[in-house]
Amino acid sequence: MQLTVWTYEGPPHVGAMRVATGMEGLHYVLHAPQGDTYADLLFTMIERRDRRPPVTYTTFSARDLGGDTAELFKTAAQNAYHRFQPQAMIVGASCTGSLIQDDPGGLARALNLPIPVVTVDLPAYQRKENWGAAETFYQLVRALAGPSAPASGAKRPARAADARPRCNLLGPTALGFRHRDDITEITSLLMKLGIDVNVTAPMGATPADLARLGEADFNVVLYPEIAGQAASWLQRTFGQAFTKTIPIGVSATREFIEEVATLAGIDAAATLAASSTRLPWYSRSVDSTYLTGKRVFIFGDATHAVAAARIASDELGFKVVGLGTYSREFGREIREAAKKYGVEPLITDDYLEVEAQVAELQPELVLGTQMERHIAKRLGVPCAVISAPVHVQDFPARYAPQMGFEGANVIFDTWVHPLMMGLEEHLLAMFKDDFEFKDGAVPSHLGAGHAAPDAGKSASQAEPVQALVEASGIAVTWAADAEKELYKIPFFVRGKARRNTERFANENGLVTITIETLYDAKAHYAR
Amino acid sequence: MNAHVQGCTAGAEIAPKPVRRESGQREVFCGLTGIVWLHRKIQDAFFLVVGSRTCAHLIQSAAGVMIFAEPRFATAIMEEKDLAGLTDANDELDRIVTQLIARRPDIRLLFLVGSCPSEVIKLDLSRAALRLSQKFSPDVRILNYSGSGIETTFTQGEDACLASLVPAAPPPGTGEDQLLVVGALADVVEDQFVRLFEALGIGPVQFLPPRRSTALPAVGPNTKFLLAQPFLADTARALEDRGATRLAAPFPLGVEGTTAWLRAAADAFGVERARFERVTEPYRVRAERALTRYRSELAGRRVFLFPDSQLEIPLARFLSRELLMQLVEVGTPYLHREHLSEELKLLPSDVSLTEVQDVDLQLDRCRAAQPDLVVCGLGLANPLEAEGITTKWSIELVFTPIQGYEQAADLAELFARPLVRRAKLVA
Repeated sequence: MQLTVWTYEGPPHVGAMRVATGMEGLHYVLHAPQGDTYADLLFTMIERRDRRPPVTYTTFSARDLGGDTAELFKTAAQNAYHRFQPQAMIVGASCTGSLIQDDPGGLARALNLPIPVVTVDLPAYQRKENWGAAETFYQLVRALAGPSAPASGAKRPARAADARPRCNLLGPTALGFRHRDDITEITSLLMKLGIDVNVTAPMGATPADLARLGEADFNVVLYPEIAGQAASWLQRTFGQAFTKTIPIGVSATREFIEEVATLAGIDAAATLAASSTRLPWYSRSVDSTYLTGKRVFIFGDATHAVAAARIASDELGFKVVGLGTYSREFGREIREAAKKYGVEPLITDDYLEVEAQVAELQPELVLGTQMERHIAKRLGVPCAVISAPVHVQDFPARYAPQMGFEGANVIFDTWVHPLMMGLEEHLLAMFKDDFEFKDGAVPSHLGAGHAAPDAGKSASQAEPVQALVEASGIAVTWAADAEKELYKIPFFVRGKARRNTERFANENGLVTITIETLYDAKAHYAR
Repeated sequence: MNAHVQGCTAGAEIAPKPVRRESGQREVFCGLTGIVWLHRKIQDAFFLVVGSRTCAHLIQSAAGVMIFAEPRFATAIMEEKDLAGLTDANDELDRIVTQLIARRPDIRLLFLVGSCPSEVIKLDLSRAALRLSQKFSPDVRILNYSGSGIETTFTQGEDACLASLVPAAPPPGTGEDQLLVVGALADVVEDQFVRLFEALGIGPVQFLPPRRSTALPAVGPNTKFLLAQPFLADTARALEDRGATRLAAPFPLGVEGTTAWLRAAADAFGVERARFERVTEPYRVRAERALTRYRSELAGRRVFLFPDSQLEIPLARFLSRELLMQLVEVGTPYLHREHLSEELKLLPSDVSLTEVQDVDLQLDRCRAAQPDLVVCGLGLANPLEAEGITTKWSIELVFTPIQGYEQAADLAELFARPLVRRAKLVA
């Protein structure tokens, strides 16, 4: 058993729902008890979908357990077929459904429905949402595209000389973080390169579309968490190479263009030369100087977290102080990236562990999921969301991709907006005693709703400045006047100042921190 | 999955009303959802769901926004090895509870909440609660109930929770009759009722659940209780097993419901009619006045209620009698004929009642009827709105103070707002 307060991922059948709900003409019959229908509201409320997810739940109850739940499943599947007339169906069980061992796949086959019925067996007590989405997509691709696979060992015929190259876009699902807009952005980028999109899947694809995935020359994998497994199978079966670069950030987008051009056998020089994005100039403009070395903590799915770390470090000039993911399946990617930034990777799905690390690292900006938004809010640290799990505000009305050049523009705005602007930061530092600059002042452009954590607390009633016991075992105490001086530093950098000073005191064997220690430490750690 | 209309009657002593009983897909929450409000109501209680990742995901999704620093609920998520052997599962549960209590020393009451998977593998949480109670007594009391979807629908989780509290309630100290109000109410509503009962000379009145678990109300043969919520079948039975008497009444929704509900207590406690009239009149007049505006907006409008919380029948009575709306269909996840007998009497004789549901068939009927307003769950609301049908999310009726005189107009406003909004929007 695992004690869980909040979870980053839902159960695997919710991943299957994300695939089914993203697609058209597919229906999911799920052997599940009453109550599992809650998952519908993720799509209708968080994503504001205008249709119910294409899911029929058998909703068995305790009374049915003594009777014939298998019959209940068959009736539900039969009725769903007649009512919704899907092109294909997936069948499976939720966590409780799997315990009663009714074999939805076998039961559905016995119905002899005149459509493909794909069984998705999702081990609910081992796996989670993203894995469920990946497995479902893979099973669907295998079942629907498999019949048109070339003979094993057959060489892929060369593209006709006059044909434009074609690719599939793989990975976007319902309830994905900005998948809706990423597809638009990347499709238009590919169009500019002269590459056609054969099928985008799962989002927007029908089962018939999946059947013709093999017609493309290669695959573009936008979200490896969901499409990685299917793309590997397509490579083995159809000889379709797939992209490895995720086009999030300016550099990554340029590399993505080069990678795609190589796979398509075209020249991308013109497109690269003509490409325009504001991020590099905005980042170079002097106003952005204050972004230099801002301490940033990053957590999310591995793909978005790794991409965010690269942008933060290389394109905005931040300092990555923490990097982690909740997707254990992608731990390797995070460990490699963490090495690059010299930080310990945090691979966990325990929300409290993430919170503890954010509190300890005291970053100046948190880039995370909906969960980190709450952590950051509580700790009074600015935050931007970069990854699922998401909430209703992460489905903005405006066009807001993360990928491609427009994605980079969006990212610049989204990450910089929560921060205090350069001169404002200085004024706060200089005139801290101005009555309107009271402790916990927030960026003036954000308004009163953005309260800081220790707003209203004076130095005397703030948390006791005491007892940071380092490895040496010596507790460091703050002299009263030094403590008072510490509180003249604006709250959003005070944590860093305190930590540095205490570390400095410890390293120098000082037991009491005086005003002089504070400034010695300041000089020592001066950037 | 086929609907079958049964000519089933609702008991001999009340007007028989035909009830459609459906089976099929039910678009409702399970009983775990009640934790979302119960953990705020009982301020020193912690709810530990013993279940799957689905359970954890459900509660956090139903809570909608994760606003609580560290909520007083959590899930012990079962893993493969817990399913393999129950001994291990019990050991694991003990380990988790120990870990939890160490982290939350402020907790006085811990509920082990059963779920679909824990019920299916027959993990005996009542024995676990006993075993752990011995370990942590007297600092922490440990109780258990089931909020599983295979046994409970949405608000029945509160019923199961409150029923589990009853055996822990102390016996009464005196022989005097005592009034107990049963069912979680918003604190502000509770306080209003306390003042009203005081003015009527009934008191001190007690509430179940209490705001602190250490202040459980005394229960015995001199307890007379009023149900404040219509979904408390098991809790009422547990109280009756302790000798308490239920006061039959409609539920305190709207002016009429609130008056009848208070009167049931007044009659049982021998309050004179004149005093009752004198005390309640200003409240009734004020609430009536506040309702007038909404009546003109809602009268004659056709409303369709999907099953959700068991509040549907009292709500339908309020909508039809006080706001003059027309009831197209009233769905309820479960119809407790005895507890709702006073309500059923007040419904129009031709009302179309449905117990349980086949959501697809019910949606067909709803679309065919084209009602002015549909009361339904969050999974159905946006899809119906997209079809041009105005909706009111039913979950708000559980998360909003709606009982009592001062809230009668607030309750009406919840139904008026979607219609007002639809009329305002031109784009």
